[in-house]
Amino acid sequence: MPIEQIIYIALLAISVLAFAVSCAERLELITLGAAENRFDAPLKRLQRMLSYAFAQKRVLKRPFGFNHSLLFWGFLLLSLANAEFLIDGLFPGQIAHTLPEGLYRGLAIAFDIVSLVTLVCVGIAVVRRLFFPPDYLGNEYTSARSRESLLILAMIASLMLAFFLLHAAHAALGIHDTTRPVSALLGSGLTGLSVQSLETVALYAWWGHAAILLIFLNLLPRSKHMHILTAIPNTFFANLEKTTLPSPEVFEKGARFGVGSVEQFSWKDLLDSFTCTECGRCQDLCPAYNTGKGLNPRRIVHDIKVNLLKNGPTLKEGQSGSHPLTDTVQGEGTSCVDALWDCTTCGACINVCPVLIEQMPKIIKMRRHLVQEKAEFPSELLTLFENMEQRSNPWGIAPSERSKWSNQLGDRLFDAEQCDILFFVGCAGSFDTRAKQVSVALTTILDQADVRWGILGKDELCCGDSVRRLGNEYVFDQLARQNVELFKSRGVTKIVTACPHCFSTLKNDYRQYGLEIEVLHHSELIAHLVSEGRLKLPQKDQGALLFHDSCYLGRHNDTYEAPRQILQQATGKTPQEFERRGENAFCCGAGGGRMWLEEVSGERINRNRVKEALHQSPDTICVSCPYCMTMMEDGLKDEGDEKVRVKDVAEVVAEALRP
Amino acid sequence: MQVISCLKQVPDTTQVQIDPATNTLVRDGIPFITNPYDTHALEESLRLRDDYGVRAVALSMGPPNAEATLRKACSLGVDDAILLSDRSFGGADTLATSRVLSAAIERLAKQEEVAIVFCGKQTIDGDTAQVGPGIASRLGLHQLTLVDRIERLDLGNKTIRVRRKLEGRYEIVEAPLPVMITVVREINQPRYPTVPMRLAASEREIKVWDNSQLKLDVETIGLKGSPTWVSKIFSPERDQGEIIGDGLNDPEGTTQLLLEKLLSKDLLAV
Repeated sequence: MPIEQIIYIALLAISVLAFAVSCAERLELITLGAAENRFDAPLKRLQRMLSYAFAQKRVLKRPFGFNHSLLFWGFLLLSLANAEFLIDGLFPGQIAHTLPEGLYRGLAIAFDIVSLVTLVCVGIAVVRRLFFPPDYLGNEYTSARSRESLLILAMIASLMLAFFLLHAAHAALGIHDTTRPVSALLGSGLTGLSVQSLETVALYAWWGHAAILLIFLNLLPRSKHMHILTAIPNTFFANLEKTTLPSPEVFEKGARFGVGSVEQFSWKDLLDSFTCTECGRCQDLCPAYNTGKGLNPRRIVHDIKVNLLKNGPTLKEGQSGSHPLTDTVQGEGTSCVDALWDCTTCGACINVCPVLIEQMPKIIKMRRHLVQEKAEFPSELLTLFENMEQRSNPWGIAPSERSKWSNQLGDRLFDAEQCDILFFVGCAGSFDTRAKQVSVALTTILDQADVRWGILGKDELCCGDSVRRLGNEYVFDQLARQNVELFKSRGVTKIVTACPHCFSTLKNDYRQYGLEIEVLHHSELIAHLVSEGRLKLPQKDQGALLFHDSCYLGRHNDTYEAPRQILQQATGKTPQEFERRGENAFCCGAGGGRMWLEEVSGERINRNRVKEALHQSPDTICVSCPYCMTMMEDGLKDEGDEKVRVKDVAEVVAEALRP
Repeated sequence: MQVISCLKQVPDTTQVQIDPATNTLVRDGIPFITNPYDTHALEESLRLRDDYGVRAVALSMGPPNAEATLRKACSLGVDDAILLSDRSFGGADTLATSRVLSAAIERLAKQEEVAIVFCGKQTIDGDTAQVGPGIASRLGLHQLTLVDRIERLDLGNKTIRVRRKLEGRYEIVEAPLPVMITVVREINQPRYPTVPMRLAASEREIKVWDNSQLKLDVETIGLKGSPTWVSKIFSPERDQGEIIGDGLNDPEGTTQLLLEKLLSKDLLAV
């Protein structure tokens, strides 16, 4: 056996072993996480993996995504080429002899062309990073031109170049094991070189290719390019729930609540942290980040990874890590507590992540720890929590006042015999002056369509949305249990609500408490009544209406059409659209319990949104949520605008119905 | 050394209504809460526990269901919680109440020295602000009312210096221990119970002392020992103002009504 081959075998063995050790180390770190079942519904998971990983569903939603997809598919194919290369080094010429000639020739042509495409894509990526870097690639801890990104791109380019040089030299030497069009073309440029020179070129190219490949292999698990290994499984294990519900907690003595140290995250959370590709899309859409606040969902995930790597050695020995997961100041591997309170749980981060990382639930888990184990939270929340516990509404108004939003409700209490649907009014609809008008508007619509509806009156409790998103799972658990029990005891089979937070909580969160009934947002019910012909909706021009998507109706529940449809039906005109709309809509700033918190840092989120609205010069901003209503009205006041009005979609419909 | 906080369970007055026929409080289905001022008294005792290592004990006189208030105090971390409950304590006015609480504090003082008795400045149901000072009088404690800050506490030399929040001014007062302090809301922000503490509190023992332990003369406690009693409770008549229209459901019509009213009284010129 030639000495070169012995050296090669030794290098290959060392590299593969080192790679395996790195991967095993990372895997061991991931398994430090808490148990979580992500193996159910394997077929559905497989299908999602094919769609999100292999078909690059979300990657392709942005223009540059096409370039990445080509790189991804090229990489997959070239993995075969590189495996062939490595094996060929062990058993020279064996593969060419073993494979059927047609197949081998086909693969060789494909590898050759794909290498060229990959090289071009890498070139485009480098040019983009160097000369046209989008803002969202960089942030306070990394940049579009980070050494790591450019090094990896340079290595991929060098791999391709070495590949071409090797095959071009072979072509020029007349070693035609098969046809490689690009290499052959390059080879024709090398024909002037002597045989000896060509052999030297081929030798250096071969060793260069081998060396880069083996170094690359060992760089992968130690860089953000770990995503090459974890992204595909990560899409398989991703949460199947659209709303990425937080898991309920069990309130038993000795149990832990939320996440206060990195190993309390589930293994999937830890896998997420190694999967982040640093693409910056979550950061690009995050309302907190975009208004200059401390939160950056990408940083949250990054810090979990860094924390895990720092604490890993002690955690593996069964001891607790010394590096804090959260603190009052931001650190490398430590999230700033204030940033955790900046999250509006709008879900934009989860919804945009190409590799299905679940950023927001990690924030909720850390909030749970702060609230439930340390009782550390912004002081405004103390009143909220006590109001929720004592009077089961955020304002702390007496429950007996709940049904006072209308004067004509004496006989409208829900009765399963008399009513087809429960109108779950919600706290805003019951107590907030502006939202009460929406409740009234909705009931006039329901009456007009002869819907037999009823309310729970003083027995209705807050759905618990705010406390759950704020991490007070203990109080949420009590509210949810009591409400579900109430629905069951009253024989409720169908619910409508005019608040997307009640809607999403009753529809999705309460399923964790055994409530499996039809829950409708009022826009859906109205759209349904119109399409069934039960509600005759005359069209009335109501000026220029601009529709603002609610996060909990749109992103969290995929309901984008119903509100637009009824606006169209009530006015005869398609509503105006925000620039950031649908699944890219910008939050009003009130979700995730932010409604009850002061917004002290950065620009106010609602003002940012209102400014965007005013670009369209609407007469009315249409909302489908009482929180959005408050935030838009406040934002307009802050902007000094006295002309533009804010209306709920139900009010637009009720206006059309008014004779 | 121990500090004691006196807590009263009161009906959530935001939810209490007065029955117009009988002029009594409608208490049916009204939840009970810890008197909000007392939660600040409790918090201050817990802060001293945290800072000085004294024992924090919570006391409450009330019916058996007042246990809920003490259980909440347990979830916030008191070292001991004692409910003073006996049929003979019922119907007490502020004098009779202060006798029972004082007897209990004396009993506690036999086991361990009492440095401070904390009370809220008043309760939201009675609004008398007499029970704290009543305890101080019965036990001969120096009384520091309306305290919004403890400036200095010297357990070694047994002195305390506090700031009293009075109308338009503050007063710094120093006194030798033991003292009775009534607190205003500004003194602190009460803590929130952690879930592990809540779960532990649900298993904690709440001691119940009745009159067989306190051995008070039944003529001096409860209704019998109360020289004052509520003879009538009522909402004052509205002698001015009126609610017109239905602004919520008919904003335009109501605005019209208001305009007409103002015009008719010549308060608005057209």
